[in-house]
Amino acid sequence: MPVPANLRYTAEHEWVDLSGDTATVGITAYAADALGDVVYLELPAVGSVIAAGTGCGEIESTKSVSELFAPVDGEVVEFNQQAVDDPGLLNTDPFGAGWLFRVRLTGPADLLGADEYAALTGGA
Amino acid sequence: MSPSSPARGFADPDAPRNARTTPLHETHRRLGATFTDFSGWTMPVRYGSEISEHHAVRTTAGLFDLCHMGEIELTGPEAARALDHALVGRPSRIAVGRARYTMICDESGGILDDLVVYRLAEQHFLVVANAGNAEVVAAELGTRARRFDAVVADTSARWSLLAVQGPRSAAIVAEVVPLDVTGLKYYGIDATTLSGRDVLIARTGYTGEDGFEVYCAPEDAAAIWKSLAEAGDRHDLVPAGLACRDTLRLEAGMPLYGQELDRTRTPFDAGLGRVVVFDKDDGFVGAAALAARRDRAPEQILVGLRAAGRRAPRAGYDVLDPASGRPVGRVTSGAPSPTLGHPIALAYVPAELAEPGTPLAVDIRGTSAAVEVVTLPFYRRGT
Repeated sequence: MPVPANLRYTAEHEWVDLSGDTATVGITAYAADALGDVVYLELPAVGSVIAAGTGCGEIESTKSVSELFAPVDGEVVEFNQQAVDDPGLLNTDPFGAGWLFRVRLTGPADLLGADEYAALTGGA
Repeated sequence: MSPSSPARGFADPDAPRNARTTPLHETHRRLGATFTDFSGWTMPVRYGSEISEHHAVRTTAGLFDLCHMGEIELTGPEAARALDHALVGRPSRIAVGRARYTMICDESGGILDDLVVYRLAEQHFLVVANAGNAEVVAAELGTRARRFDAVVADTSARWSLLAVQGPRSAAIVAEVVPLDVTGLKYYGIDATTLSGRDVLIARTGYTGEDGFEVYCAPEDAAAIWKSLAEAGDRHDLVPAGLACRDTLRLEAGMPLYGQELDRTRTPFDAGLGRVVVFDKDDGFVGAAALAARRDRAPEQILVGLRAAGRRAPRAGYDVLDPASGRPVGRVTSGAPSPTLGHPIALAYVPAELAEPGTPLAVDIRGTSAAVEVVTLPFYRRGT
């Protein structure tokens, strides 16, 4: 499973792309593969304030439902309507077109590096 | 992100390391399968997209590894009588070369397993049990057959099972067996060869499509998978995992042991009272309890639900009375239906709320979602 080196990660299998005070969030290829075909997404609304480690949405696949945890503290500034309309993008392009939402950071981000995340998933 | 539903999505890194693998494990690994632990077995859950695999079984064909299923054989002059006593059905009336869907219950009428019984010869039956129940079924059959002139043997280790399911399955199987498969009736079984290896081939399945199940020796399983895959290539056959097997059987309204069926339910609760035959010479285990059950309306019965929104009711969720919001029942299986395009579920609800068209609700993680009782099955194949 790819673990792009330029991204940061959480133990809940999310990736975070930090750029200035903005963070783009998605789920990893490992998570997408484990979930199977994603069929429904519930993402935080623009303007909502999220706190790292708390639930902020849902990802539903044919087999299961997973809670989406906020990886950072911040305010949601945008979400990926294309992924809501076509949740299969999380399976086909989890690190690209399958991104979930963008946050304006309001606190320090406590995240894993690519090496740490790769180790966590057994280097799979 | 973390799985919050009982139907866990993640391949569990803590899965028991002692889970058994089938003779096809290496084949699956080469095909890039994602594995899951199922009833103590490491089984392929999907090879790519389970929705694609589901659609392939509905439109072309899928190839399944079912080696985890349990096989128990009864032989002897009183094998038929022993089964009539041990099971709720009447296997003595099954013709040689035919099969029947049946159940084994305990004394209180609770379901121990649902089974397919094949009659291979006048005095030879093959009982196929769910993986998780195989040992219980073998032990119970052994006990129940004791007073009959019959031998019960758990032959699970001597059989591998593969299934080809889907509208093109007959064309695929016809290419690799000398038998006239079009002449094999639904729920028929025959001994033949497949690419020169001895097999039993049955026209049975668990997908709601036409299909075949192939019983073979474990050492032949990989070669038989290869033959079927090669013959299936020009028929758009794909390898298919347990994830799509579950959505296929759900659409077909077929119960799964551990979800719809368990020791707390009788065949009547599950709407399958027709499998129980009462007028048998030697009686049968559970007869008194089941007769009482037959004669009074069950409190809860199994129904189909269709959800109005996009979120699927899942196993374990409460069914609510939409007026009061009070829990009245329980979802046993649920998923977004790939064929129908909306969520479907099976649930136990009070008999007075079981009529098709009845509006109900399901508590989907704290939100009440509108559902409607619908007639089963959700999906029936065209003829």
